[in-house]
Amino acid sequence: MAVPDPKANRPTGAAGGRSLGRLAKATGRVLLSLGLTFLGLTAITFFIGRVMPLDPVLAIVGDRAPQDVYDEVYQRLGLDRPLIVQYLRYLGDILSGDFGISIQTSRPVLEDLVRFFPATLELATLATLVGTVLGIPMGVLAAVHQGRPLDHVIRVIGLIGYSVPVFWLGMVALLVFYAQLGWVPGPGRLDVFYEGLVPSVTGLLTVDALLAGDWTVLKNAVAHLALPTAILGTFALAYIARMTRSFMLDQLSQEYVLTARVKGLSETSVIWRHAFGNVLVQLITIIGLTYASLLEGSVLTETVFSWPGIGQYITSALFNSDMNAVIAGTIVVGTCFVGINMLSDILYRIVDPRTRT
Amino acid sequence: MTAPTFSAPSPTGVKAWLLSDVPHTALQARCQRAYLAWCAFRGNPIAMTGLIIIAALVLGAALAPWITSGDGIAQQLSDRLLPPSAEHWLGTDQLGRDIFDRIVWGSRITLYIVGLVGVIVVPVGLIIGIVSGYVGGFVDQALMRFTDIFLAFPRLILALAFVAALGPGIENAVLAIALTTWSPYARIARAEALTIRNSEFILAARTQGASSLRIIFGHVVPLCLSSVIVRLTLDMAGIILTAAGLGFLGLGAQPPSPEWGAMISTGRQFILDQWWVPTMPGLAILTVSLGFNLLGDGLRDVLDPKSGG
Repeated sequence: MAVPDPKANRPTGAAGGRSLGRLAKATGRVLLSLGLTFLGLTAITFFIGRVMPLDPVLAIVGDRAPQDVYDEVYQRLGLDRPLIVQYLRYLGDILSGDFGISIQTSRPVLEDLVRFFPATLELATLATLVGTVLGIPMGVLAAVHQGRPLDHVIRVIGLIGYSVPVFWLGMVALLVFYAQLGWVPGPGRLDVFYEGLVPSVTGLLTVDALLAGDWTVLKNAVAHLALPTAILGTFALAYIARMTRSFMLDQLSQEYVLTARVKGLSETSVIWRHAFGNVLVQLITIIGLTYASLLEGSVLTETVFSWPGIGQYITSALFNSDMNAVIAGTIVVGTCFVGINMLSDILYRIVDPRTRT
Repeated sequence: MTAPTFSAPSPTGVKAWLLSDVPHTALQARCQRAYLAWCAFRGNPIAMTGLIIIAALVLGAALAPWITSGDGIAQQLSDRLLPPSAEHWLGTDQLGRDIFDRIVWGSRITLYIVGLVGVIVVPVGLIIGIVSGYVGGFVDQALMRFTDIFLAFPRLILALAFVAALGPGIENAVLAIALTTWSPYARIARAEALTIRNSEFILAARTQGASSLRIIFGHVVPLCLSSVIVRLTLDMAGIILTAAGLGFLGLGAQPPSPEWGAMISTGRQFILDQWWVPTMPGLAILTVSLGFNLLGDGLRDVLDPKSGG
């Protein structure tokens, strides 16, 4: 990692060079810690996999296999070596993209993940978008009207969104909007007769349909997305609105807001330019957390909606004792999680001068 | 601090003592602050609704043997799948058990889970986060990487993996939830400590010779508390929902235990014709998490000195 020395004399001007150097240094540090976190992540998943009361050999050969077959597989899997050797070997495999073979699908786990991940990505991205676009204005409005009816209405909506068990809401929503009213299509990503009509480029069905210019498939994919997105989005919205309100209230009670008002600035400018500018910094972390948690937290939603995403993949792998798949899925989702957190950390440093020491 | 000399205040009752302009002891001052906070809290309808819900939950859990007609587990197959009526307020399930009884007994499980997780995660998160943010440098790096590893874990999936490794059950569910819940507290406490650390009043305290411990416990912890309490109340609901989710997937409390998530899971197949079987426990979860959230919102207004009156 080439980290420019911030003290080096640069022809571009001392100030510009220094801030660039600092940024590069910060990025280097973030990358380093990303690596460390990744190591920890793999170590913990590895040991969870090992302490599980599931015999990976039995899962492959079945419980009627003769002893010599059992022993052969046992050795082939390297289970007779010390744990640390097994871990290093496992780490090497992961880094070369080899997560092993999934027992339930008999395909390489990596292939499965590539197939299942876009479904979750699509759902989580849309839900975060919905939550951010609706949640931030709601939170700001509530804070500005603190204690008045509008505030209470927004708070209660947000609180209900945050309190509802998502799997139950999904069930009830399917009952009402699919079984009773017939407004939305049922579970899954597409109706059966649309499956495979557009070539899979990104794996995101909406994007693929757009690329192929197939409007009926796009319409169907969006219709299927509507209900799960709305349900996950409610959750994101509730959290983002709540935190926005809380941060906004903190800012609005500060003296600089009073100063701005005394100077005669318009209320819009005070709220959005002054107070919200400071809130934005804190919101970066919150939106990052929301996105990351939706990426992994859609397990229950995916179960209810039969959404072929990574959450459902991991859950069904868990019930089938398919440890390769469970561990690989956990690592992929975990890495995304770390990546998003790091990104929000870097953004936080760039935006908030107070954290630069 | 000047004691009035003209007429000694003679409190005629507790209220006068609480509202006296000039507190005479630290105890009185503290009681006064608590009383005023309670007054503010009482005037907040949202918070009071939450308090009433949680009080009802606690009361229901405590009085379960007296307000239910059975233990919520005994089956009565002649009363299968009865709709809500005067006799069975919320109907009966597929084994003829009264759903109201089961929900009341289930509230004990809910309280148990929430209490245990809260007691574990808050102190752990606060200590790690504040030390990390306040001390900075290598300690910060080390602790935050440690936190990130836990934060990096997909929460529900890690809970699933842990429960699968340890065996399904409530205690393992609590342990799994606690392991995945403490890290956000550390991050939030660190973020607060990081901004507070560079404040002028901390500099002032340090110039006066205050030790690091004193600054941490006297200044940094109280300022972190508001964010942590907002987070904890949000999490109370989240903890209930995660536990219910585990129950729903069949990895938390096991049937016939009247855990609400497990009740939804077993009632799921009846949703089309006997909607009340999975719906009622879902409403119970919704109500209780809402109660915690409402209560937390009110507590925030009262406890957070920054958000003002």
